[in-house]
Amino acid sequence: MNESAATVIHTKIITPPKGWLSINWREIWLYRELLYFLTWRDVKVRYKQTILGVLWAFIQPFMKLVVFSVIFGKLARIDSEGYPYPIFVYAGMLPWQFFSEALTRSSTSVVGSSNLITKVYFPRLIIPIAAVGGCLVDFLISFSILFGLMFYYGVAPTAATLIVIPLIFLTIVAALGAGTLLSAMNVSYRDFHYLVPFALQIWMFATPVIYPVRIFPPRWQWLISLNPMAGIVDAYRSAILGKPFAWGHLAISLAVAIAMLFWGLFYFRKTENRFADIV
Amino acid sequence: MTQDAVITVRNLSKLYRIGQRVARYHTIRDTITHGISRAATALLHPGRTLEKTEDNTIWALRDVGFDVQQAEVVGVIGRNGAGKSTLLKVLSEITYPTEGRVEIHGRVGSLLEVGTGFHPELTGRENIFLNGAILGMKRVEIRRKFDEIVAFAEVDKFIDTPVKRYSSGMYVRLAFAVAAHLEPEILLVDEVLAVGDAQFQKKCLGKMDDVARKQGRTVLFVSHNMAAVQSLCNRCILLHGGRVECQGPTDDVIARYQAMLPKQKADHVDLREHTGRRRNSSPLMQRVTLTDGKGQPVSVIPMGEGLNVEVSFIAKDRPLRPFLGVVIKNFIGASVFGIDNRMVPGFVLDAVTHGTVTCHFERLPLMPGSYTMDLYLGDEHISMDAIYDAVSFDVIPADVFGSGKLPHAGVGSVFWPATWSVRANAKP
Repeated sequence: MNESAATVIHTKIITPPKGWLSINWREIWLYRELLYFLTWRDVKVRYKQTILGVLWAFIQPFMKLVVFSVIFGKLARIDSEGYPYPIFVYAGMLPWQFFSEALTRSSTSVVGSSNLITKVYFPRLIIPIAAVGGCLVDFLISFSILFGLMFYYGVAPTAATLIVIPLIFLTIVAALGAGTLLSAMNVSYRDFHYLVPFALQIWMFATPVIYPVRIFPPRWQWLISLNPMAGIVDAYRSAILGKPFAWGHLAISLAVAIAMLFWGLFYFRKTENRFADIV
Repeated sequence: MTQDAVITVRNLSKLYRIGQRVARYHTIRDTITHGISRAATALLHPGRTLEKTEDNTIWALRDVGFDVQQAEVVGVIGRNGAGKSTLLKVLSEITYPTEGRVEIHGRVGSLLEVGTGFHPELTGRENIFLNGAILGMKRVEIRRKFDEIVAFAEVDKFIDTPVKRYSSGMYVRLAFAVAAHLEPEILLVDEVLAVGDAQFQKKCLGKMDDVARKQGRTVLFVSHNMAAVQSLCNRCILLHGGRVECQGPTDDVIARYQAMLPKQKADHVDLREHTGRRRNSSPLMQRVTLTDGKGQPVSVIPMGEGLNVEVSFIAKDRPLRPFLGVVIKNFIGASVFGIDNRMVPGFVLDAVTHGTVTCHFERLPLMPGSYTMDLYLGDEHISMDAIYDAVSFDVIPADVFGSGKLPHAGVGSVFWPATWSVRANAKP
């Protein structure tokens, strides 16, 4: 793709796909601008023709925070490990919201891009990645509410707060793994279109978003961590609120998230050759 | 390197499951219920072979082989379903071959459609960047050509308006302009010229010609428009039923293509399984019959005689207020004229479920030669069914001017009477 290199001959050989197919990361890198534009389009289009525009990225999580705090914090009096419920729930809601949004969008992304898939060639993996990327922007915006809450409740950031950065990458891994898998499955079976939103609702209640992990008996907590988001959400709380990390649980969640990413990528790669024919 | 082929295709085959193309997608439930219905069929009709349609496969391409040299402009022609689009999709890596091998030397740009990825909510400016990136252009490259693209599209004033507010003409112009500024070494083009108004089509053809001749790039051009193929391509490949029927100099291949068409020549044609049906049409049209002024079925008419085109149809879900569009094309596939009943004032059709629409040409002003007819059927304003080259007919010479002389074919496709006068001018 070197512009000035007229002397370089790009040779391409097309043959039927066979056997194990590795992911051509170099090619995805070459198409990074397309990834950027598709992400940018997602973000841009989301707030077009809205009066409040990008303000919605603040309003939505804020309203949710208020509702959760009133219902689960004030009325149901759910245990918040001694922290003010709003900041406790928001620290969990924030990564969950990103994960759930990214999963919803990426699972329908390939089917939603059928017009591109049947007309142009580019590494298909860019589509679910761009969908996750578009949600990342909203996620980072809603982070600012967290800073507001920390300030309001006088929770001072510590060195451990910096662990949020690798945690963000971990959340991306979890979202991308499930997202690529579901986006590819959705091409053949549109059932996932109906299944995903419903499954995510249940998944949220199976994840310690509105309640702490410690409501489970300690010897079963590792089992909860098989849900990658459980370990991740809990670790966000540790990083933000300064409570001790449950490293063991995080390791289990990390392993599951990485395994899921491999499975997702593998399945996607294996089926992507047929996308244009059946989407 | 210049003598070497830039595209080498060998034994290329692509197998489609017909069910794959027709049933666009399935749900798990479909898979289950389908399984049940198949089992039931098997129980109730033990003799019947199961479900030809679902499990049938079709070779969209079969043992296709050809070479394209550097700076050649090669046309790919053939009827609908001949495999032209599949060939381009394989060459563009959109879909994979089932067998065979392709070798391409050079950066490939493919234009299977103009405006791929255009988003209605984004402005013209934003769409230029997005569409450019989708077609494989670098951001710096798009920025460099931006002004040129806007000028070519003639949309300067609306560049910051969302394209959903564009007229369809502006939309197509902008989309083509981006595509036209792609600079790959090898360009694969599919029918993109079938859009836009005549003037813009001409401009696009000019641009294509430029790309090929002046810039020395290799072009593979798929089209139904034989006039465009003839003017752009030095060599052609004719596909038929997924195979290469023949390849060679454009004129020879087009002649061969035309020779294949008249097989359809008959006073009536069954349209139910017509191969020229446009993809995604709902097959409403059943049969077309050509009759002369006296109502007799004909496939050959003398110049200047009347012609009726009778198309019978069956509506699927609800009655239609049928409109029928007829486009008559000459031997190279260029449209001579087209008309539909919506253009005629005061013509209100009744809603009909089963019926026949008849288009009556009082006098057909066609010169002698072979013609084909595209048919479009729809409900009031919605086009529902379209068949290219639905039926062919011949026009034979006749003494239309009553002079005892027969007009010569070769001056065009249409004759029109004129009156003449001569007067002597005074000497200057």
